[in-house]
Amino acid sequence: MAKDMTKKKIIIVGGGISGLLATIKVCELGGEVDLFSYCPVKRSHSLCAQGGINACMDTKGEHDSIYEHFDDTVYGGDFLADQIAVKGMVEAAPKLIKMFDRMGVPFTRTAEGTLDLRNFGGQKNKRTCFAGSTTGQQILYALDEQVRRWEVKGAVKKYEFWEFVKIIKNKEGICRGIVAQSMNTMEIKAFKGDTVILATGGPGQVFGRCTASTICNGSAVSAVYQQGAEIANPEFIQIHPTAIPGSDKNRLMSEACRGEGGRVWVWRNNPETGERERWYFLEDMYPAYGNLVPRDVASRAIFKVCEHMKLGIDGEHRVYLDLSHIDGDYLKRKLGGILEMYSEFVGKDPREVPMEIFPSVHYSMGGIWVDRLHNTNIPGLMASGECDYQYHGANRLGANSLLSAAYSGTVSGPEAMKWAKSGNKGSELTDAEMEAARQEVQNEYDKILQMNGAENAHKLHHEMGDLMYKYVAIERDNNGLDAALVELKKLLKRWDNIGITDRGNVANQEAMFVRQLRNMILYAMAIAKSARMRDESRGAHAKIVLENGQRKMDKDGELVFMGRDDERFMKVTIVNYDEKTEEPVVSYRDFDHSLIKPRARNYAVAKKE
Amino acid sequence: MAEKKVRFVIERQDGPNDKPYIQEFDVDWRPSLNVVAALMEIQKNPVTVDGKRVPPVVWECNCLEKVCGACMMVINGKARQACCALIDELKQPIELKPARTFPVIRDLLIDRTRMFEALKKIQGWIELDGSFESKEAPIQNPYTAQTAYEISHCMTCGCCLEACPNVGPQSDFIGPAPTVQAYLFNLHPLGKFDAPKRLNALMEKGGITSCGNSQNCVEVCPKSIKLTTYLAQLNRDVNIQALKNIFDN
Ligand SMILES: Cc1cc2nc3c(=O)[nH]c(=O)nc-3n(C[C@H](O)[C@H](O)[C@H](O)COP(=O)(O)OP(=O)(O)OC[C@H]3O[C@@H](n4cnc5c(N)ncnc54)[C@H](O)[C@@H]3O)c2cc1C
Ligand code: SF4
Ligand code: SF4
Ligand code: FES
Repeated sequence: MAKDMTKKKIIIVGGGISGLLATIKVCELGGEVDLFSYCPVKRSHSLCAQGGINACMDTKGEHDSIYEHFDDTVYGGDFLADQIAVKGMVEAAPKLIKMFDRMGVPFTRTAEGTLDLRNFGGQKNKRTCFAGSTTGQQILYALDEQVRRWEVKGAVKKYEFWEFVKIIKNKEGICRGIVAQSMNTMEIKAFKGDTVILATGGPGQVFGRCTASTICNGSAVSAVYQQGAEIANPEFIQIHPTAIPGSDKNRLMSEACRGEGGRVWVWRNNPETGERERWYFLEDMYPAYGNLVPRDVASRAIFKVCEHMKLGIDGEHRVYLDLSHIDGDYLKRKLGGILEMYSEFVGKDPREVPMEIFPSVHYSMGGIWVDRLHNTNIPGLMASGECDYQYHGANRLGANSLLSAAYSGTVSGPEAMKWAKSGNKGSELTDAEMEAARQEVQNEYDKILQMNGAENAHKLHHEMGDLMYKYVAIERDNNGLDAALVELKKLLKRWDNIGITDRGNVANQEAMFVRQLRNMILYAMAIAKSARMRDESRGAHAKIVLENGQRKMDKDGELVFMGRDDERFMKVTIVNYDEKTEEPVVSYRDFDHSLIKPRARNYAVAKKE
Repeated sequence: MAEKKVRFVIERQDGPNDKPYIQEFDVDWRPSLNVVAALMEIQKNPVTVDGKRVPPVVWECNCLEKVCGACMMVINGKARQACCALIDELKQPIELKPARTFPVIRDLLIDRTRMFEALKKIQGWIELDGSFESKEAPIQNPYTAQTAYEISHCMTCGCCLEACPNVGPQSDFIGPAPTVQAYLFNLHPLGKFDAPKRLNALMEKGGITSCGNSQNCVEVCPKSIKLTTYLAQLNRDVNIQALKNIFDN
């Protein structure tokens, strides 16, 4: 059969929820998709999402409203999210849920057979749809199935086990294709596309240990950043308060544990009676929201209790997350998978003994800068899902990111088709340009294969993780951030001195990791630099005041944090890559916050409208 | 005191057509260590017990939470996920081998394309009118939804195919996991409409008649999917469909 040359070809990198929805939209509009992923798309990181997805379905007689969802999101994001974009997302949310339901996502039902809803942090109403404790898996699978249907129809060609390495621009600077490498045969190839969408997920691996999958390395984002794409708000890294600390990974205990009544506590001696007691410190510190305070607030409280008050379990960085007071059958039904996971990886049953948890890096609010239609600053290149910076401002509400991943895919897909049809795409890539781009990647790869130094890439990665946790995580101050930047530059130098043991030409994971690691270091520098420049506290970014070069304490011995500074910093951080110095260059950009006036974010009292 | 070590005996293979060979590694023990975490340690220092520096062992993993299905391998003779295989619960030395029901790409890395291809065969999807909102979410029997939820946990890991005596070069059997997925779609209020198509597909060569009911699959499924229960149910549905086909002709 002759190929239909009029068909538009969209390259989508990433087969998580965002990439798959974009794929479906493109196919429905008559386009063809080349879909790239590290893994079979059905194994993408989106399936780790346990808790649920927010949408105002109002099936619980609580008179929940879309406006309330809008306001919770903007307020939760500490007024750094583009409000028009957020509004679009929350309005679309109920429609997306109904569509997912038709697609076969087995959402948990009520006795009447309608959609059940649960509580989630930072929201007073029940608004979170869920499929047991594997909501992300179930949504990803439904989309994977629909994409398989399009694959059978010939509209989708999957490149699974292919790593995206670079975009290719034409001489006008417009993105017209990509270079990718097979992770099995190591073949490097250039691909043409009318539009390229990156949907490559979050950068958790930049912190070494995190709650995300091993493939969430931010490498793709860093690659396009080095090619001129702007990164926005990278300093806003969400730390999830409740994860099981581990050397290979910090395994998330879903916020749903708190949503279903889980209580966080440590032992202490009562300050008045001196008696040993369980201290439910979140309930004590934040009476209005209690255990359901948003993530940044909970993480900082846990950190404070362990690090500064030294009240962690056995003096270590751990506190109890307790479900043992709740009916076992109820727990099994509502949280089965999560509890099983704890038993499986720790060897104890959370229905009987309280779990032991500590905060972990979890989600990046920042990412590639995009406009409301998900175009980046490079024409022809789009981004959607966790790899973009839209919707969450300085802090994301739980269960809002499956929503943003899905919604952004429904925006980026059609927009990519529009660009493919009527965008100002400039000249076609010539065969010579394609080959030159391919060859450049080939040369870089061949060089890695020759690396003969003393450093081990995985050890360097581990060091980078330690350094990022030490200086750029829960509590930040300018001394630490300066130190982080110095250390990261040293790491970048040491990267040159990596030695490789695998020079083979089948599934050479070591060589690929070396390439990713360099991208990760450059991404880490963008995070650290943005955090250094933002002299305020907002959402997930909490900065301690320095006085005479020391961390400032108040008279009760509490650390003093900078306040939110709307005048200077109610702005989007923009990071550009300086090719000469390899360093990030930070500037600030205004955004739309015309709908809800900023107010102080305080979870000690109920949210005021 | 010398640190406690864990010994790994790993069956390696440099490429799809190369001969397998064995290498042994020692990894420092620590609490809650699992097989993937141990393989990561080997990456940091890929030296065998004989002191030879070798290329690090290659395997596949993503989630490290037993939900993506990637890390399936044969551990001490049993097909299972490596990320949740706790060292303390395994007999040592620990033997790791690739699941040879599937083509081996390198070391413990295998090619499970056939499982995804089988999902095409059984039409594992709902025939959606389009990705838009068209009506209220259909009311669904909560009990049926619960069954669907159970089957929908299948992470295409392939443990059940590795364990099934009837999957292999001797037959076309698509295997337990994809077969049972057909049951999932037949349960859905909209998916039901295409149930006859799926049942007919299962009547063909490589379909459900290849299952010898040996029950191996259900024992290894890391997601505890009651595979044999649904295989039996499907078998009935397929027979009924076969009768219907005769009368409809
Ligand atoms: C443990 C955990 C639990 C969570 N729970 C929830 C929850 O309950 N509710 C909620 O709303 N959110 C939750 N989140 C967040 C949410 O899961 C993610 O933000 C969301 O799934 C991201 O989807 P995505 O489509 O953007 O990317 P992903 O699902 O991460 O997909 C990225 C895709 O890009 C591909 N890729 C990446 N780089 C490359 C490259 N260089 N070359 C080729 N392919 C590449 C990958 O193979 C993959 O297919 C959770 C996150 C974690 C870590
Ligand atoms: S019951 Fe059928 S599918 Fe399961 S192992 Fe036996 S033969 Fe294979
Ligand atoms: S049915 Fe179970 S064993 Fe088989 S692929 Fe699915 S999850 Fe794995
Ligand atoms: S890595 Fe995902 S199941 Fe083991």
